[in-house]
Amino acid sequence: MKKLLEGSQAIAQVVNLCRPGVISAYPITPQTHIVEDLAKIAADGEASFEFVRTESEFAAASVILGASATGVRAYSATTSQGLLLMTEVIYNIAGMNLPVVLTCANRAVSAPINIWNDQQDAYSVRDAGWIMFFANDIQEAVDLHILAFKVAESVGLPVMVNMDGFYLTHTVGEVDIPDQKLVDKFLKKQSRDLGSFLDVKNPKTFGYLATPKEYQDMRMQLDAKIKKAKNQEIKKAMQEFEKVFGRKLSLTREYKLKDAKTVFVSTGSIFGTTREAVDLLRLKGKKVGICNLNLLRPFPDDEIVKKLKGTKKIIVLNRAISLGTEGILTTEIKKALYGKHKIEIQDEIIGLGGRDIRVEELVNLV
Amino acid sequence: MLQKYKKPTLFYPGHNACSGCGQNLTARHVINTLGPNTIVVGATGCLEVTTTKFGESAWGVPYIHSLFENSAAVATGILAGLSFKNKNLGATLSKVSRYDQREYPQVGPRASLPNVVVLAGDGATFDIGFGLLAGMFERGDNILYVCFDNEGYQNTGAQASGSSTLGADTTTTPSGKDSTGDDKMKKNMIAFAVSQGVPYVATSTAAYPKDVEEKIKKALEFQGPKYIQILVPCIPGWGIETNKTVEVARLAATTGFYPVLEIINGVVTKVLKTPDQKPKIEEYLKLQDRYKHLFKSEEGKAVIKRLQKICDANVEVYGLCPTCEEHEILMQYKL
Repeated sequence: MKKLLEGSQAIAQVVNLCRPGVISAYPITPQTHIVEDLAKIAADGEASFEFVRTESEFAAASVILGASATGVRAYSATTSQGLLLMTEVIYNIAGMNLPVVLTCANRAVSAPINIWNDQQDAYSVRDAGWIMFFANDIQEAVDLHILAFKVAESVGLPVMVNMDGFYLTHTVGEVDIPDQKLVDKFLKKQSRDLGSFLDVKNPKTFGYLATPKEYQDMRMQLDAKIKKAKNQEIKKAMQEFEKVFGRKLSLTREYKLKDAKTVFVSTGSIFGTTREAVDLLRLKGKKVGICNLNLLRPFPDDEIVKKLKGTKKIIVLNRAISLGTEGILTTEIKKALYGKHKIEIQDEIIGLGGRDIRVEELVNLV
Repeated sequence: MLQKYKKPTLFYPGHNACSGCGQNLTARHVINTLGPNTIVVGATGCLEVTTTKFGESAWGVPYIHSLFENSAAVATGILAGLSFKNKNLGATLSKVSRYDQREYPQVGPRASLPNVVVLAGDGATFDIGFGLLAGMFERGDNILYVCFDNEGYQNTGAQASGSSTLGADTTTTPSGKDSTGDDKMKKNMIAFAVSQGVPYVATSTAAYPKDVEEKIKKALEFQGPKYIQILVPCIPGWGIETNKTVEVARLAATTGFYPVLEIINGVVTKVLKTPDQKPKIEEYLKLQDRYKHLFKSEEGKAVIKRLQKICDANVEVYGLCPTCEEHEILMQYKL
């Protein structure tokens, strides 16, 4: 059903439709509206999930870890300092192959303290073993959450859905919130393999100690698992999503890419602004396009190579920087293209800490 | 191998704790008292490291270790997961709210739902996981938290923790020309737990397995958070002989240094009395290398006097002496 909703409200509603068993979160701007709305849904008796209030994000992440270990669907939401405080648990959840879903309402990190949007938070935990999606708009954020539970449970790994703080969490737009029946049809009831969760009838030890003899093999298995997910579980879930909901989700989101000689590459809601810049540049006769990434981990190397074939130049609009080198996405793109195409790569750091990204600014980059 | 044990156990042999380890000895009593309908959350530490090597787990119950400091919150998550799963089965769960602070009814043992139990060391409890434990107390979650207190970070080589005692020579509070060892008092976790309205709070030591068993059983009768702190001597960390574990753990109690208590809803209901001839604190200290420097200097002897004062104060406050009159000690301000 189409509704006029604030982004956060839409996320809270769709998360509830996914029938999680346990939700735990701690308030932090700009994620607050999501947890407030979820708490209200629970308070109004419209939810079946257990809502656990904690004293920190670190505890909230630990709560969903424990909940997921009992075999139930578990969810949390955070941002920025909250995500960084969670970091130790974030790695732990992935290492334990727990299929939790977390929303990151992307925000800058301290210091200086800044509550506005960039994506330094999520990019800083990209090595943890989580599948990481980025939404271009509110509808995509809604859809990616439904997809996230499916992917998490079919792969057996955690999924983070990233949506730009304020730009997507605090703006109001027309959103199609699917019917409960369709969500139920798509997600089905979670069933975990016997022995993969805490069960007194089948006692197993989780979070064991691995010696140098086993540790590397286990970590490499995790790497293989997340890599394999791109062409298998993620693509399959996206195909099924389209069948059930009639909307397309893909690994990249393009705009006028086909004949483009210069291509903007980025992640997140900057897509909308870039699209306007492309339209202006096209009026001037410049062949410009966009290839935004919806997936940061596993990294869609093959897709990048394919999509950017024939391009002369790409401008990477980084919303996160690896201090001491360059924009993090730039490095990722370079790695994907290495030895594949001869393309000029322009590294741009843009819109850190909520600095306005203006259309003219993007136009001038070309 | 297992057949040589007459009684079935949920804590299998073959783990690699030191011989004479007070913690793993007590953990065996704890888990066997809890029984198979139990889920254990272990914090990083000796107990975890020695019992969970990949492919060689000592645990006969479902066990999870996440991190050093988050066992209390992981346990909350497990409880929430079980609550969700047993919604139709567990009328008891929803009726007795996990979030109701003022009413912790004594409901007796519940057979159907698993006990959610944290087994953590003092480093994980007194120090790094303190905030998360406080959160668990505040939420009133129906979890039994057992702290095996060996008064330091023994797993990493005997560094001082918030539980280390005055005068203890640890690797981060070494004794020396200008130092008599740890100059801080032990953090009072018992008073903290009581102050948070934890309905069942108890202490014991590795010398009293029967007492430990009784307290574990009693704790399970209470809804809400339960906190049991057990002193468990550490062979290398304390510098004691492998056959002295029980003796040291007993002296800790009989000197009055580590009072063995039971506190129900803020009232001390049971104490272990000291013997007629209460041993001096020196009896306890001299068996342990961590205190031996205290006997060698005037400053050290002054510390011993202060330690004796702690014992005497405990005897008085908790009425530990055999002739002490039984008196109700109210530790918590009642609303």
